[in-house]
Amino acid sequence: MAEYQFDTEGVKKTFTFMNRKAPYGTVYALEVLETVLISAAFEQHANIVFADDGVYQLKSGHDTTEINMKNFSPTFGIIEMEKEDADEDDDIDMVWRIIVEKESMEARGLTEDDFKVEVEVLSAAELAELIDSSDCVISG
Amino acid sequence: MGAYTVNGNNYEHDEEGYILDVNNWNLDLAKVIANDEGLDMSDEHWEVINFLREYYNEYQIAPAVRVLVKAIKKKFGPEKGSNKYLYELFPYGPAKQACKIAGLPKPTGCV
Repeated sequence: MAEYQFDTEGVKKTFTFMNRKAPYGTVYALEVLETVLISAAFEQHANIVFADDGVYQLKSGHDTTEINMKNFSPTFGIIEMEKEDADEDDDIDMVWRIIVEKESMEARGLTEDDFKVEVEVLSAAELAELIDSSDCVISG
Repeated sequence: MGAYTVNGNNYEHDEEGYILDVNNWNLDLAKVIANDEGLDMSDEHWEVINFLREYYNEYQIAPAVRVLVKAIKKKFGPEKGSNKYLYELFPYGPAKQACKIAGLPKPTGCV
């Protein structure tokens, strides 16, 4: 019988989560969000990126009553809370960044003020570098 | 599928006993669910239940266990901020058992 041993103590990687789809209509947005929340348990570094129609996920004022789907927009508050916790607590070695791609945001007539959480805005070129420097990219 | 009957009202639940509509929750119903779970509810139990309801109300999702542990520690003191403490209160798991009594949907994540 094969025996597996995992020694993950102290292993730290940078995960980039790509959100490219509108919040409702497909299950991608919610699934990525749940993956991000679970990854917090492992105290890894995370870039949570919103590009293309994914920028709409962060927009304030979602109202889903007419489409009969649960409004999961408030759940993004947990990402902000985890990020603040990690920033404030020296015992937590975990860097989280919430990033919006500049071109996608501007093409949709949005500004930073339209989002319900505080974000960093990066250009497509800067984002390409960020993705390149990540250990793992999860896209949805 | 079945329903809890409390004070003459019926509250539908799924096959595992989670109520279907979180908005229908009330204290008397919670006491009935807790009784079904075989729990003798103390103030400490209700602290956890109230925290879960507040958290769900704000974020629309049940907290991960580690978040729950951390939050309880912050709010009620370090001696209560451990998995052990929560499992003593809710032997079948704080997330599963406490969420059921708090009227929250069954947590989807495994953590």
